[in-house]
Amino acid sequence: MTPEPLERMRQMVRIRRFEERCAELYSQTKIRGFLHLYIGEEAVGVGVMGALTDDDQIVATYREHGHALARGVDAGALMAEMFGRSNGCARGRGGSMHIADVSRRFWGGFAIVGGGLPIAVGLALADKTLGRAGVTACFFGDGATEEGAYHEALNLASLWKLPVLFVCENNQYAMGTALSAHAADTELTHEPRAHGIVAERVDGMDVVAVEQAATRALEAIRRGDGPRFLEFMTYRFRAHSMYDADKYRDKTEIARWKARDPLALYAEYLLAEGLAARADLDAIDAAAMAEVDAAVAFAEQGGLEPIEDLTKDVYTHDVSARGAP
Amino acid sequence: MRRATYREGVRTALRDALRRDPRVFLLGEDVGRYGGAYACSAGLLEEFGPERVRDAPLAENGFVGAAIGAAMGGLRPIVEIMTVNFALLALDQLVNNAATLRHMTAGQVSVPLVVRMATGAGRQLGAQHSHSLENWFAHVPGLRVLAPATVQDARDMVLAAFDDPDPVVIVENQVLYPTEGDLDEDAPPVSPWHAIVRRPGRDASIITHGGSLSKSLVAAELLAKEGIEVEVLDLRCLRPLDVDAIVATVTRTHRAVLVDESWKTGGLAAEVCATLVERAFYELDAPVARVCSVEVPVPYAKHLEDAALPSPARIVDAVKGVLHGRI
Repeated sequence: MTPEPLERMRQMVRIRRFEERCAELYSQTKIRGFLHLYIGEEAVGVGVMGALTDDDQIVATYREHGHALARGVDAGALMAEMFGRSNGCARGRGGSMHIADVSRRFWGGFAIVGGGLPIAVGLALADKTLGRAGVTACFFGDGATEEGAYHEALNLASLWKLPVLFVCENNQYAMGTALSAHAADTELTHEPRAHGIVAERVDGMDVVAVEQAATRALEAIRRGDGPRFLEFMTYRFRAHSMYDADKYRDKTEIARWKARDPLALYAEYLLAEGLAARADLDAIDAAAMAEVDAAVAFAEQGGLEPIEDLTKDVYTHDVSARGAP
Repeated sequence: MRRATYREGVRTALRDALRRDPRVFLLGEDVGRYGGAYACSAGLLEEFGPERVRDAPLAENGFVGAAIGAAMGGLRPIVEIMTVNFALLALDQLVNNAATLRHMTAGQVSVPLVVRMATGAGRQLGAQHSHSLENWFAHVPGLRVLAPATVQDARDMVLAAFDDPDPVVIVENQVLYPTEGDLDEDAPPVSPWHAIVRRPGRDASIITHGGSLSKSLVAAELLAKEGIEVEVLDLRCLRPLDVDAIVATVTRTHRAVLVDESWKTGGLAAEVCATLVERAFYELDAPVARVCSVEVPVPYAKHLEDAALPSPARIVDAVKGVLHGRI
């Protein structure tokens, strides 16, 4: 289950290169709407995904490209979705914030902050009731911890002893509001503990630490101990979205976090431990660039959904046809 | 066929669904040990156990969201929300998730969810337990909304909603729970997706649903004594509306009174009225009239509450109004 060392690097680089290209494509207006980049936070998604199995389920947020790629959602289908094309994973109905691939048990990006947490509780309830082995990993940010749905979901998961891994990506800001300005108690492990959930704070820039913490938590959950909570300390290197001028963060703070770039840290580790040579890292980078090129080409060649299908998939079937009473 | 109460009609359907499919479970505040705030699930905990008749904490958004997730994951939740006013706390999950997920994922996700809730006034429960907000849900593509007005429909609509693969909201007017009617527990459920003429008549149409049906039928009796024969159409399904039935009744009578316990402004009666203007304008021999709740938070005192709600007397007056000057 544990990926080989280079695989973690491969996944983080794929995400970084993919999103750097997304930013360019956004400037070229190929991608529209809101675009939230995960750059800087890759170690969290990659570390947690590396500890999950195919049976596990994922509920993510609107900043979910990285989670989708690390879970194996096809990069071309993801890019095409952001292009609004019919070969996108939701045929252009979802966009950047609503990437879903149910075949991968990747239930999607939920764009109401905190709104995915009760969904994760329900998915875990279904697994437990139906006797399936899966754990539901639910990603959310520090901003979500102020939502009522967050507290309701923690209580439900703990009360019903459900297999949920709560993954808090604490990037220190709820959009533009710093943690200290939105949380009366900035120790985010306190609230889950108050709900009877074991909670741990972990360095979210160290992909190995993330993966090890997730593995430990998942073992406990699979034993039937109920939900676990992991808070990963991380930072987004870019603004909240492409619309954000990022005037609320101190440049020295940004520089301090960039000095702990999860990709650079892990590359140093691989080289120092003799687990990879520079040529291996170059090859990973080249492969990621090629994958992104192919994804863009796939998206470019996608058609547009016919307007006649506009109202498709609102319901499974139509009931408006009058039947006999 | 037997005589039964409306709540027995609901309970019969819940028991049938629980027996029929092991994936079904009930979820809501006090649905288990207490037996349901309106006793709709009385006895079911004893028969099916606490995992299938699951008491929820007072966290409407949380447990409705959990039900949506459970439905996505392969279960068939039937949720009870104690009153529509409390359902407002779950609007995020119902509107942003249950209603959108299928479309937003291009059909990858299904949410086979039934959400029942009590609505309506008439029991002196004041402004936070008495409102009729079914139009809020009927506004939303992705949801279906049913309003059972009879004991048989109370049973049939739960079963039909359970058979539907998409989220269905059932609004049960709370004054109906103790009322009696005929119940055939073995009959295949009547399709809930179309309106039914509950009383034929030639002079005018009363178009209504839910708790206002019985008031409309009383008004029709009073009018019959004066030689006025009104047709009473029970909409039954509020989304999608049975537009053909709405047009058909007015094509027969050429006059319409819309009776709806919710407020007039932006309500379902307004939607029915607009439908008539669009589809049956030249059939109308008189302006359409609406009998809705007075635009006030429903008050507690009996005489004030009565004055705020549609009543047989107000319906009779409205019918006479649309018949004024009839040739």
